[in-house]
Amino acid sequence: MNTLSSAFLRYSPLLILALAWEVAARSGLFSSSALPPISKIAAAWVDLARNGDLAGNTLASLWRTGAGLALAILIGAILGFAMAFWRGAETALSPVVELFYPLPKSALIPVTALWLGFGDGSKILLICMGCMLPVTMGAFNGALSADRTLLWSARSLGASRLRSMWDVVLPSAVPELLNGIRTALALSFVLLVSSELIVSREGLGYLIGFLGANGTYEGMFAVVLTVAFIGFLADRIYEAFVRRTLAWRE
Amino acid sequence: MSGIVVEGLRHLYRPKRGSPVLALEDVNLRVGDQEFIALLGPSGCGKSTLLYLMGGFLPVESGRITVDGAPVSGPGPDRGIVFQHFALFPWKTVLQNVLYGLERQPMAQAEREERARAFIKMVGLSGFENNYPSQLSGGMKQRAAIARTLAIDPKVLLMDEPFGALDAQTRHLMQTELLAIWRRTPKTVIFVTHDVQEAVYLAQRIVVMSARPGRIKEIVEVGLDKADPELTRSRAFADMSDHVWSLVRDEAIKAQAGVGL
Repeated sequence: MNTLSSAFLRYSPLLILALAWEVAARSGLFSSSALPPISKIAAAWVDLARNGDLAGNTLASLWRTGAGLALAILIGAILGFAMAFWRGAETALSPVVELFYPLPKSALIPVTALWLGFGDGSKILLICMGCMLPVTMGAFNGALSADRTLLWSARSLGASRLRSMWDVVLPSAVPELLNGIRTALALSFVLLVSSELIVSREGLGYLIGFLGANGTYEGMFAVVLTVAFIGFLADRIYEAFVRRTLAWRE
Repeated sequence: MSGIVVEGLRHLYRPKRGSPVLALEDVNLRVGDQEFIALLGPSGCGKSTLLYLMGGFLPVESGRITVDGAPVSGPGPDRGIVFQHFALFPWKTVLQNVLYGLERQPMAQAEREERARAFIKMVGLSGFENNYPSQLSGGMKQRAAIARTLAIDPKVLLMDEPFGALDAQTRHLMQTELLAIWRRTPKTVIFVTHDVQEAVYLAQRIVVMSARPGRIKEIVEVGLDKADPELTRSRAFADMSDHVWSLVRDEAIKAQAGVGL
């Protein structure tokens, strides 16, 4: 109960913002297409939810982010650890990482569309490629941050070299790795929506573009707010997961 | 030949940047079974390096180190180590930390648990089995680390300034307890410190080292009765401390000057 009321207090500015929005929209200062009242947006949201547009497109988007992120985390972590453990991998990969790290990942949207078309494949590949590097860097830096006295302790307690890597280096890398994944998570939403806006016939980004182009601005705002909420929810869930995983840090 | 034998040991420290530094030169030392030895010297004298070489954590490049006649070729459970900053696995509880070494020994799981709990009790940490290291004070962390090392019953105990990060009261308590443990379960102990009183209080022999390059300057037989509760207030203790300090002082001054260069 206590946490519930403190959460309510914490997010109460949002309520005030919504109220101000409603008042401003109804005051006639803005055209109703530029700033539809929140109440109308809510009504449009209910319509979109009823006719199934929202659920269908949300599912398509979630599948793309989920699959893209999962691949990015898997491949990114393997590359990062390979670079940390094996000099050959570092020599081969670090110039590639350095080159692609500062690249605005949205520049890859036309590239992946060219390769895989307008469907799920191009979005998944885009998110995978775009989100991989923060995960790689997290795994790499995390593994390098392992304290040598921890490794030595494991070895003198009877662990083999390989075993001590597994037992010490991997857990040592977890905090940095989780940080990298958090960056990847935020990036994945950016890439998802922008690619769906440009080259897609399905998904929340597509729906935003479609409703906007048709002049159905209440609906467009409803989907934009939905995307914001999903992003917020994903971040909260992820943070709770991180807090649980890193409970030992206090 | 039983015990630890160091012969003609020389070690180059190669920093990532800059030129190599001669960390140890012509070190010769024999440590008998169940002997308590202190390696004493100013920072930079290579005493920790010598300890790490005995532990097998650093490769012996020139000279040799044998334990019971066998050359040291890597770390092993026959030589337990305790570090200044505890080196507990932060993601494991106290019990899981102490179990880590036991899990690599051939015994039943129930026996491992029982043994781990017994050692946790011995260092006075009963009730904290399920705490993470981050929830413990410095002294408690070092107790946990000592329990983890002693639980696998190493023949040799390597200690790298183990009480250096603790406050004065805790340090004194831990020194007393370490001596008590050593009397109950005698082991060969190599104890690295830069604290003269600590060395005189704990060790049977003190290996005084000089800096740059690290060499053995003198080996002092302490010859005091460690069981005497009044030991630290005795005349003999004060005289021995003065004597050892006089040996270390010049080296400390040299090391200080070296820092300024």
